[in-house]
Amino acid sequence: MEFETVIGLEVHVELNTNTKIFCSCKTSFGDPPNTHVCPVCTGQPGSLPVLNERAVDMAVKAALALHCQINQDCKFDRKNYFYPDLPKGYQISQFDQPIGEHGYLEIDVHGDRKRIGITRLHLEEDAGKSQHAADGSHTLVDYNRTGVPLIEIVSEPDIRTPEEARLYLEGIREMMHYCDVSDCRMEEGSLRCDANISLRPVGQQEFGLKTELKNINSFRFVQKGLEYEEQRQREILAVGGEVVQETRRFDDVSQTTLTMRSKEEAHDYRYFPEPDLVGLHIDDAWLARVRATLPELPMEKRDRYIRQYQLPAYDAGVLTSDLAIGEYFEAVVAAGADAKSASNWVMGDLLGYLNGRSEGIAATPVAAVELAELIAFIAADRVSIKQGKDVFKVMCETGKDAKTVIREAGMEQISDMSTLLPLVDAVLASNPKSVQDFLGGKEKALGALVGQLMKATQGQANPGVVNQLLRDRLNALKAVE
Amino acid sequence: MKISEDVVRHVARLARLAVCDEEVHGLASQLSDILEYAEQLQQVDLTGVAPTSHPFPLKNVLRTDVPRPGLPREVLLANAPDDDGEQIRVPAVLEG
Repeated sequence: MEFETVIGLEVHVELNTNTKIFCSCKTSFGDPPNTHVCPVCTGQPGSLPVLNERAVDMAVKAALALHCQINQDCKFDRKNYFYPDLPKGYQISQFDQPIGEHGYLEIDVHGDRKRIGITRLHLEEDAGKSQHAADGSHTLVDYNRTGVPLIEIVSEPDIRTPEEARLYLEGIREMMHYCDVSDCRMEEGSLRCDANISLRPVGQQEFGLKTELKNINSFRFVQKGLEYEEQRQREILAVGGEVVQETRRFDDVSQTTLTMRSKEEAHDYRYFPEPDLVGLHIDDAWLARVRATLPELPMEKRDRYIRQYQLPAYDAGVLTSDLAIGEYFEAVVAAGADAKSASNWVMGDLLGYLNGRSEGIAATPVAAVELAELIAFIAADRVSIKQGKDVFKVMCETGKDAKTVIREAGMEQISDMSTLLPLVDAVLASNPKSVQDFLGGKEKALGALVGQLMKATQGQANPGVVNQLLRDRLNALKAVE
Repeated sequence: MKISEDVVRHVARLARLAVCDEEVHGLASQLSDILEYAEQLQQVDLTGVAPTSHPFPLKNVLRTDVPRPGLPREVLLANAPDDDGEQIRVPAVLEG
């Protein structure tokens, strides 16, 4: 029997505000435990939460970028449960009135654009961090993260393959970067993802029994974990078995998924409206103010690059994968470089150099105008592409500009006829044997003459020009004979 | 509205309250009485009244995103039953 895979993702994104969502504690990551705490975020009696305006701005911005309808009147609710990292005994979240609903994110799957629906996007507070003693004797809790603003983004079950799940998650990260609302570092927990996956016979409308995959801590594991889970469920269903509805986690050592909670507890959070917060009304002016801060979104930019710069889709995808890469590329083009050359240099040599050092484009040692200058040297045939690559390496290592590097290395390519013609004549005069061979019909002899001239100029002569000049001169001699 | 003993047990479990059988019986009838009393509100004619989630006609009580000092760690830890000098120590939690 043929099965179809159905996947939905729940993504939590920490917003990069300066302070927590309901109090004025800092949100900085990696500080000593319990140094950013106050009566509000540690749930002391009598303390009251006050909403951070910037967290609302960011949530609205992210919701708009994901094409959500904004609930201009919304509220917060209490989600009640007990866990040591949640000092109040409830999490302030949004239940029936999320900030945004009915949105979508587009992903490119092997050249086809696919729309993944977004059910909802809501604001809530993060919990603290628990550290379980290896011997199981106790748990230690750090409340620095408690109250950091989060948005939870819930997708529709529109994802059909583990690869699409990864592309969706990468798309969410890209969008959050574009909106500048989160750094989305999975390894620091500022982007977290849970996945629901089920299989159903092709053609069947209702969903099969699903499992939930938790604690996925890298983009690669999203795909790997779901691939494993997809295969595991297919094997169960193929022999007429039934998938147990449960929560599983991906284990990166064994590359398999393991049961976390076999008996799914019925969640009963007893949501009710948060009495300590008044309602939120995002009026048209507020909405317009946030909308005005939206950048050109990744897919729009991708399409524009293909249209405006005639770039292949692959190039456009790489260049727009990061806001700063796109800005750099456009600056190189604005400084006069041909778009495809600029794209090749940025994607190849520049990103290659930076990736090798695990650095981002912000750390580029070569400014956009400097790269444009190097490209101009090559376009004018003053250095070859091969020499240009060496020049680029030196530019990266020394911070010098192209002109200086080329001059210091004495590698500028000689294409100038008035310089080359006397040299050509000198080579012809001192190599009568090769000249005779060529005139006698030996094409190969030309190569030897080119070689002599390159030697005479320490390789700086433009081989194309030299070739042409020699040929012209020899043909002239032939005509005389 | 009648609150059954099962509902009392379920809510007690959610709230992590230990209640014995005798208490369950008493609480079921007391809670039922309280809810029945409150149910009088259902008789009010609410035609044309929009639902609200808060009694105050206030909206948008907001803060600017500027950090302010909170509690010194030693003050926080002094209020906790147990700590290791940096973090609060609680009984082992098995599942994440």
